[in-house]
Amino acid sequence: MLFLATLVIFTPIATVLFVLIQRGLPEIRWEFLTQMPRMGMRQGGIFPAIVGTFYLVIGTVAIAMPVGIATAIYLSEYAKETRLKRLIEIAIVNLAGVPSVVYGLFGMGLFVLFLHFGSSILSGALTLAMMSLPVIITSSREALSSVPYSFREASLALGATRWQTVKHAVLPHALPGILTGTVLTIARAAGETAPILFTVAAFYLPKLPHSIFDQCMALPYHLYVITTQVPNVRISLQYGTALVLVGLVLGINLIAVLIRAHIRSQKKW
Amino acid sequence: MVEQQSSVVSRQSSERNVKINVGNLNVYFGAIHALRNISLEVYKNEILAAIGPANSGKTTFLRCLNRMNDLQPNFRVEGKVLLDGKNVYDTAVDVPFLRRRVGVVFATPTPLPMSVFENIAYGPRRLGTGKRSILEKIVERSLKKAALWDEVKNRLRDSALKLSGGQQQRLCLARALAVEPEVILYDEPCSGLDPISTAKIEETMFELQKDYTQILVTNNTKQAARVSERTAFFLMGELVEIGLTDKIFTAPQDQRTEDYITGRFG
Repeated sequence: MLFLATLVIFTPIATVLFVLIQRGLPEIRWEFLTQMPRMGMRQGGIFPAIVGTFYLVIGTVAIAMPVGIATAIYLSEYAKETRLKRLIEIAIVNLAGVPSVVYGLFGMGLFVLFLHFGSSILSGALTLAMMSLPVIITSSREALSSVPYSFREASLALGATRWQTVKHAVLPHALPGILTGTVLTIARAAGETAPILFTVAAFYLPKLPHSIFDQCMALPYHLYVITTQVPNVRISLQYGTALVLVGLVLGINLIAVLIRAHIRSQKKW
Repeated sequence: MVEQQSSVVSRQSSERNVKINVGNLNVYFGAIHALRNISLEVYKNEILAAIGPANSGKTTFLRCLNRMNDLQPNFRVEGKVLLDGKNVYDTAVDVPFLRRRVGVVFATPTPLPMSVFENIAYGPRRLGTGKRSILEKIVERSLKKAALWDEVKNRLRDSALKLSGGQQQRLCLARALAVEPEVILYDEPCSGLDPISTAKIEETMFELQKDYTQILVTNNTKQAARVSERTAFFLMGELVEIGLTDKIFTAPQDQRTEDYITGRFG
């Protein structure tokens, strides 16, 4: 029974990977990864899309991680049990359930139009960060609450201030868990299409962005474009792009797995 | 040990400095009235024992002295707790500084998941002492005071969690001593320890008596009788009786005290 359940989980993943590798791997050459697309994206590489996704991931991490972790620390270690805190908690849970396309539209309304950031890396990263925040906050809070209460009490009883206690007695033991949750969330954000659709992604832009106010191409959107919007694109090109995207996401997930394995070996209590 | 104790008791007759003065202390946790009108004095350099059954308020009382109760939700306090004449519940009080002056050893050992050395250095480091040579001196001095130095001097780099329960508890005492407190609170420090470890902690308490004021909350009436000069008996949030330990245990004034000590309830 348990074996069957495992099989049900494992089979689709293995199949997807197998098909992707079988049909996409021949396309993965050095030129494919490092060249601009040509001939209306029917020839050439996907370099600008890789770079764009890379910038978006960096931007998302830079925005979502500090804000998310700071929020989690505030809610877990400082906030008193008031009605406001409960309201915030409910809001976070609900935000985690909002469909990503809604984030995309909201990001367009707020960042692109209202704040005049235009369709840019900044708008896209902000939108992706907003979408990632609820999950980062929730997983960070879980990591914080897994640190025994006695650590905090011991630290405070020695005359440490609240912030010193958080910094030296709580965070070091919660950090691996926080990082794991954050990295997994970022990996998901890297593969999202809807949030970047209206906020950053360029249909066809065979050059690299120069500043955070430039548009850029991104792997998920590029994949969507060459599979549905451009006629007569080689199948292997589509599978090759998909393989790169999946490889990137799995690569980021692997980092999370490694961090987790590292914690397990270091766990001291 | 016994001689030491009696010599201290004989000093009782002379005038003694009051270290802590508690007046009409009432504590509430939400609707629960946890401490009712507690008034008592703790003398400088004495060992005061607080005994009583579970939920009698003795631990709550102890945690009022360095404001560890502030962490509980819905905690409310009335009355005064004077440390050297100054109310610790004044709004102007620097709580971390108060907790440095009034250290505490908890019921279960609470070593932090770091090395023995870093555990002791934790408090001094938070005060800004970063120099290795100074920290090494503090660690050695604190461990010696807690009678743990000989056992762990070659294991300072080891994780504190590898020590035995009794060693961990003395480590926690050494850690509290490292920030140079004036008062040490013990919250049932031996509840999880074997008799030998218990004896070591009690011996250490006698050693520390010349420099520190100590308050011991214990479930073990025999321990209170062995260690303390004076004993306070708590019951259902009230201070029933406080007096010289010898008197409390041989001729208690209150029937309830006698019932508890002789084991008729509790």
